[in-house]
Amino acid sequence: MSNLVYLVPLFPLIGFLINGLARNSLSKGMTSVIGSGVILASFVVSILLFLQVKEGNAVTVTLFDFINTGKLSIPFSFQVDQLSSIFLLVITGVGFLIHLYSTAYMHEESNAHFARYFAYLNLFVFSMLLLVMGGNYLIMFIGWEGVGLCSYLLIGYWFKNNDYSNAAKKAFIMNRIGDFGFLLALFWMIQHFGSLTFGEVFARADGMNMNDTVLVGITLLLFLGATGKSAQIPLYTWLPDAMAGPTPVSALIHAATMVTAGIYMIARSNILYTLAPVTQGVVAVIGLATAILAATIALKQNDIKKVLAYSTVSQLGYMFLGLGVGAYTGAVFHVMTHAFFKALLFLGAGSVIHAMHHEQDIRNMGGLKKHLPVTHWTFLIGCIAIAGIPPLSGFFSKDEILAAAFSANVVYWVIGVLGAVMTAFYMFRLYATTFLGKFRGTHEQEHHLHESPAAMTWPLIILAVLSVVAGFVGIPAVLGGSHELQQFLAPVFAGSVKLQEAHHLDHATEYILMGASVGAAALAILYAVSRFSKKPDLEEASGFGKLLQNKWYVDELYDAVIVKPLRGMSAFLNNVVEKLGIDGAVNGVGKLVHYGARQLRLLQSGQVGIYLLMMVIAAFVLFIIQLFVK
Amino acid sequence: MDPKDVLITFPELLLWFPLISGLIAFTLKNGNSAKNWAVTSSFISLAIAVTSLFFMDSGKYFNLNNVSYYWMPSIGSSFALKYDGMARLLVMLNAVAFPLVFLSTYKQNYKNPNSFYGLMLLTQAGLAGVFCAMDALVFYFFWELALIPVYFLSSIWGGERRIQATFKFFVYTFAGSLLLLVGIIYVYLRTPEQSFSLNAFMQASIPAVQGKFIFWLFFIAFAIKMPIFPFHTWQPDAYEQSPTGVTMILSGVMVKMGIYAVIRWLIPVFPAQTAAFADLIIWLSVIGMLYASFLAWQQNDLKRLIAYSSIAHIGLMCAAIFARNESGLDGVMVQMFNHGVNVIALWIVVELIERNYGTRKISELGGLAATAPTLTVFLVVAALANIALPLTNAFIGEFLMFNGLFEYGKAVTAIALVSIILAAVYTLNMIQKVFYGEANMSLAGVGAPVLGKGAITALAVIVVIIFAAGVYPRPMLELTQDSVNLFFNKLKGL
Repeated sequence: MSNLVYLVPLFPLIGFLINGLARNSLSKGMTSVIGSGVILASFVVSILLFLQVKEGNAVTVTLFDFINTGKLSIPFSFQVDQLSSIFLLVITGVGFLIHLYSTAYMHEESNAHFARYFAYLNLFVFSMLLLVMGGNYLIMFIGWEGVGLCSYLLIGYWFKNNDYSNAAKKAFIMNRIGDFGFLLALFWMIQHFGSLTFGEVFARADGMNMNDTVLVGITLLLFLGATGKSAQIPLYTWLPDAMAGPTPVSALIHAATMVTAGIYMIARSNILYTLAPVTQGVVAVIGLATAILAATIALKQNDIKKVLAYSTVSQLGYMFLGLGVGAYTGAVFHVMTHAFFKALLFLGAGSVIHAMHHEQDIRNMGGLKKHLPVTHWTFLIGCIAIAGIPPLSGFFSKDEILAAAFSANVVYWVIGVLGAVMTAFYMFRLYATTFLGKFRGTHEQEHHLHESPAAMTWPLIILAVLSVVAGFVGIPAVLGGSHELQQFLAPVFAGSVKLQEAHHLDHATEYILMGASVGAAALAILYAVSRFSKKPDLEEASGFGKLLQNKWYVDELYDAVIVKPLRGMSAFLNNVVEKLGIDGAVNGVGKLVHYGARQLRLLQSGQVGIYLLMMVIAAFVLFIIQLFVK
Repeated sequence: MDPKDVLITFPELLLWFPLISGLIAFTLKNGNSAKNWAVTSSFISLAIAVTSLFFMDSGKYFNLNNVSYYWMPSIGSSFALKYDGMARLLVMLNAVAFPLVFLSTYKQNYKNPNSFYGLMLLTQAGLAGVFCAMDALVFYFFWELALIPVYFLSSIWGGERRIQATFKFFVYTFAGSLLLLVGIIYVYLRTPEQSFSLNAFMQASIPAVQGKFIFWLFFIAFAIKMPIFPFHTWQPDAYEQSPTGVTMILSGVMVKMGIYAVIRWLIPVFPAQTAAFADLIIWLSVIGMLYASFLAWQQNDLKRLIAYSSIAHIGLMCAAIFARNESGLDGVMVQMFNHGVNVIALWIVVELIERNYGTRKISELGGLAATAPTLTVFLVVAALANIALPLTNAFIGEFLMFNGLFEYGKAVTAIALVSIILAAVYTLNMIQKVFYGEANMSLAGVGAPVLGKGAITALAVIVVIIFAAGVYPRPMLELTQDSVNLFFNKLKGL
């Protein structure tokens, strides 16, 4: 089966090349078939690989020596094990559904742009596959930057709109700040471990002391990379702006897959993090802070995609909380369930936007339930799943993270539950404002309201089913399950589990925790639905609400504290230091020589007497010098 | 092959051929024939350079790659050329660059084309000589032979402020040349047998105090050429005012003379002084990287933007050399080639923009992506290589160089690495302002641009190189391994 491995990224690469190079001659139908077909092919191979891995056959395949100089040897290699095979299924599976959905959603585009869109999307899947399949940190980094590029290209897909290209640029630059940390971590690993290959790095780290400076340094730098890619404090502000891209892109890249790369990376490096509890503490606190900050902002957003975007940031925060408290399986579990229900919610939002002719403000919606039945029901399932209501998938994964947080620190749990309550509230505020009550749009819009075509509704239905059932792979022992996902992933996290002190909550405590968080979420749902279904929140926010609506003014703060001063410094260097200082000095020397030459020329008067006089003076001076020097 | 049967060696061939064909070009009175002559000549040079790759084994083909005969025995100078890995790489860059330049500017009609192309080919010969010379006098001779035609090219065929810019360029580099000459003569006088050969230079007994002084004579000469902050201000002016074809050679190939010279002539001759001043020079280079990046952000002229971006990249190369470890030097080697090719792609795009839209000012451009999709794709690929995205060729070099710098010092690397963020800032800024958004009002009515087959071919070739060398860098890394090993053996020997 090792000869199948390279096919997984190869198919999307081929799709990218065909759609990209032949974009002027392909029909939309052809583009759709190629673009979606290659992802389906990858999905099929991924299933085969998954079945093999399930048998216990994790493999590493080396294609060629990538960099090989003296001490440093970095192969171009792929590793398919339990962790990557789960991600492969999610990326290619959800990826295929979103490609399919896009064939209908993007139909208004001209042929060339339609093909450009699919080329980018294929390239994205290719990069994402490199990221999760890489057998060492460098290949992971190639995918890591590759997905950032595709994200940039797709956010700015409608390049004529300057706001969109600003958003694209912001995403890329903030990710680059994260990559700065990632790269430093790579160099440090090379210096300390002499390798970037996962197995070698982890084996060499295994014997090191807890909280060794090198480990703390490396893990913190890697985490800086993760805050960029996975939109955590302080680098999260690009993700809400990234909603400028087409909605299926938001679903695939900015919800289901790319933004979970940071979680994948840390889960992959779990042994390093377990050995650096200091960093784990940082990860947990940043994750929790992001979860709660983004949730507060989501409470007051009126753009359907913005609510989902902040919700994504918040959910990613939960995943980091899970990683920070050592619940690696829980974090990966939540990546998976979140991929299903958040992709579902975004695609549902896309279906709404499609029906509403590009309207995204939920204050102008309402009562869409009867016009968009499939969208409505599937969206509702997504909302219940993300709110953590059993037995839908979000419940199991979120509960696992919260239970681990409780074991680590009760405060984590309290804040985590608070965030979960807010999640339930804002999701049902969104749901009720959009789908319940009366329609508030224009007459024109109402006349054209329609359910989306099958290519869009089928992905919704499949994702809705997955959002319902995906949690059953991780039923905890306390609820009579055997947590199959945990058993499956056990080999990946074995090293960490060995080092972690086991703290088992007794069943009674677990029941109380579950009951408390589910009960609070349910109350929030009831409150939100009863409040917003009849009388949606249409007025402009004021006071604290305005602060939330304006996202705590973090963008403005960054602009004032970082961007403006740097720009000013840049202008100062250009206008003063370069032009007046360095170049001024150079030109000054030129002028001086010019001036001096003009003055000296006067001496060449042609009068022999003056020459003689000068000769005498010079001889005298030389004589004096001789006298004093010797 | 019996070594004694060798008729002519590769370095000689790569040197004399462009020299002679350049001289012939002067005599061609018909403009088009001069142009076609130059194109043909550059392709023949390329073919020779490619052929030479098959005769690399230094044991088997020693006499094909090394030559030395009496030149001025009275003063201990011999005409010595050596075609090792580093020389091969740079001569290859030289051989690749000229066809690209000629092809991409094929539509350009210069006045007095015979002189223009003649001077260009002389420059090519001079560059080949610099990269192969193993005798300081020969090195100096070709160093000047490469520079002098460029003064004429820039001052005759350049832009509005060409005289001023060329004068500045001339004064800077001439000052550098003089320092170099003084330094060479000083070291020569200290060699054991009064010889100009590199080996003799490495054995010269230079007193410690004077050595420091002489080190700086050499370094400043090379630093001006690279250029390293604060010796750089000639460069933006020269790049801006030279005809774009000449700018391509200046920034693609010629700045590598400085880097090459540091590796070949400075560090092996002054290992002790290098060790003493490495800290200072590395910090200077790193400051220059950030400084130039900040300045690139401010530029409105595309040529000046690329000039400052290039200064930032060169700063990294210089820092990596002085880190004096294998990873850094490997990175510098591949980056010398890759930077040269990539920056030529950027110039080609600028040239096409200027030819089609009549301006290089970012503020006067905008929204080109809608009417010029092909050009946009090429620029985006070249720009991504410029910011060293993985799987492009520049990533390999930058990764190895930063890694080498990290071995030298963590803090300095962290500071230097800020440049990758800044590079993204100014590069994406430029892409956005030139290509995205609505079309600029002043461009209303300008339709799809005419790119020309030559330019498209040149760009397509570069795109292939960008990805091929980015995905599979091994052959290039292996090519220069002998030079890298030799360099460190020399350093360790002391």
